[in-house]
Amino acid sequence: MAKQNVNAKLMTGNEACAEAAIVAGMRFFGGYPITPSSEIAEVLAHRLPEVGGIFVQMEDELASMATIIGASLAGVKSMTATSGPGFSLMQENIGYASMTEVPCVIVNVQRGGPSTGLPTLPAQADVMQARWGTHGDHSIIVVAPSTVRETYDWTIKAFNLTEQYRIPVIVLLDEVIAHVNEKMVIPEPETITIIDRKRSTESPDTYQPYKQNDSDIPLFADFGTGYRYNVTGLSHDETGFPTNDPQKINALYSRLSRKLERYQDQIIEYKTEYLKDAEICIVAFGSSARSAYRAVRLARQQGIKVGMFQLFVIWPFPYKILGRLASQIKAFIVPEMNLGQIAHEVSCAIKSDVIKVNRVDGSLITPNEILERIKNVSV
Amino acid sequence: MFPYEKYLRFSKFPHIWCTGCGCGIILKSILRAIERIKLSKNDIALVSGIGCSSRTPGYVDFNTLHTTHGRAIAFATGLKLAKPALKVLVISGDGDATAIGGNHFIHAARRNLDITVIIYNNHIYGMTGGQASPTTPIGKKGSTAPYGSIEPSFDISGLAIAAGASFVARATCYHVVQLDKYLEKGFMKKGFSLIEVLAPCPTYYSRPNRLGTSVDMLRWYKENSIPVEKARTLSEYEKKDKIIIGILEDRERPEFCEEYKKMAERIRKS
Repeated sequence: MAKQNVNAKLMTGNEACAEAAIVAGMRFFGGYPITPSSEIAEVLAHRLPEVGGIFVQMEDELASMATIIGASLAGVKSMTATSGPGFSLMQENIGYASMTEVPCVIVNVQRGGPSTGLPTLPAQADVMQARWGTHGDHSIIVVAPSTVRETYDWTIKAFNLTEQYRIPVIVLLDEVIAHVNEKMVIPEPETITIIDRKRSTESPDTYQPYKQNDSDIPLFADFGTGYRYNVTGLSHDETGFPTNDPQKINALYSRLSRKLERYQDQIIEYKTEYLKDAEICIVAFGSSARSAYRAVRLARQQGIKVGMFQLFVIWPFPYKILGRLASQIKAFIVPEMNLGQIAHEVSCAIKSDVIKVNRVDGSLITPNEILERIKNVSV
Repeated sequence: MFPYEKYLRFSKFPHIWCTGCGCGIILKSILRAIERIKLSKNDIALVSGIGCSSRTPGYVDFNTLHTTHGRAIAFATGLKLAKPALKVLVISGDGDATAIGGNHFIHAARRNLDITVIIYNNHIYGMTGGQASPTTPIGKKGSTAPYGSIEPSFDISGLAIAAGASFVARATCYHVVQLDKYLEKGFMKKGFSLIEVLAPCPTYYSRPNRLGTSVDMLRWYKENSIPVEKARTLSEYEKKDKIIIGILEDRERPEFCEEYKKMAERIRKS
């Protein structure tokens, strides 16, 4: 009999997300039921009281987003999970978290939209809402795993990113990844990196919550630990108090956007396959990437020089990396379950048109649909 | 003289409130009550939403959190659950708490979360320029009710009682001695406590409604308020248009943080 891996489990993406969050140190979840994300809340309602954490079912998504920011200010890693309509309701307070630099993770198990849309079917239509859903120029990080194991890894990374950069992180799942059962080997704890926000060791008397430093990431102080400071969604100065001084306002907004620009090379992650000699490149993320990998392998069997570029981090978008590929690649194909949201960004990156493969009918894009496009291009 | 300077961030003055505004009267009462219960400034978190009253956190030396419109109680819920040792106070207005934030208000009361919410009820949206609020009385004018409001107004305290709050009291900016007492009791009460305070807004409520100065408003509160004990002996007709002040509710109900803790201990034992 083959040796059994005791760490191997059959898990859904939603379960993997919830378990990974606990491993990452998340001890506060505030959420509101919504398909297809509800299992994340259900698992955490069960698990968090066991591990000394707090689970609270809030009265709506506005409250869910607000309550996780409140908990994070007390120094507790916090998360919420939702889907399209709930994600829309969270947008104002996502902006608050971005403005006040309070670490938090928002999981959005996408469904088709707008409005109630397709609650029980997959879609990838929130790419732009995840980036620009809240008003004003702001920093945000968006990650998009494509398998159950990737969901586990990227949930932990989402917490690391939000803790490290003090920027809210959105995990974009879709109904397929959320509900598919896959074999999942849980990594050994010692192989997992966990990052916590940098806290101030300065005296509370001189502490300034948004003091400029070399890293552009201010040092955090937990509420209730003697650091009595002010947090506001208004434009504020380094002391945390509202300001109308144009210089100070400019300094704040510049730093907030610089944080993302400056660290984007560390934040951006992607995976490539067969790209070395490729003439055609598929750019995909989430469950569409699964079909794309299959299509690439089938095409390679037929001798077509096609490669794969899977986005793990959607925002910040890897414009420069894709731009460099443009000289080598004849055609970019972008399969996605929306009407061309990532295709638009790829197009900007390569400064040329891309071939779009889109579905918005709640069905997955099949490997064959992508393969047909590959064949059309290669002749 | 009470040592207000112990609690105020004087460097942030002058404040933004108009002459005759009720915000300062209530703030001073809050500080006196905090002094009396001998809470450390480090252990107090003051959370607010958006509006005139919600600018209070900027002026006081606690852990202060100025959030989004209507959501103060939801932010406070996370803060309190994550750090139950904190004394969490929420300052809100009639619009912030009962219009845009009405849902959070009733659900925090239902959960009986151990926070104190102080609502400055001036019957108007002051910060945005005098629009009608859910507590603008029928017939009274606002910039969005130029012919007088035709909507019935909310009874804020009644709403909190119906939703399950442990402690509910109403005062006015005239009745500061009582207000000090109600705030102190509210802070000490385990569970959700609400203190509703009627506050003059001479700029945007009194002026369009020809109610005179702030002093006239205080006089009006004095002459038209009746203690809840007396109100219980009066007919509906006699109570019409009167302000009923006093401790309207004071009861023992299971508190949310404690119930959560009990549940978690039960789970870990089994």
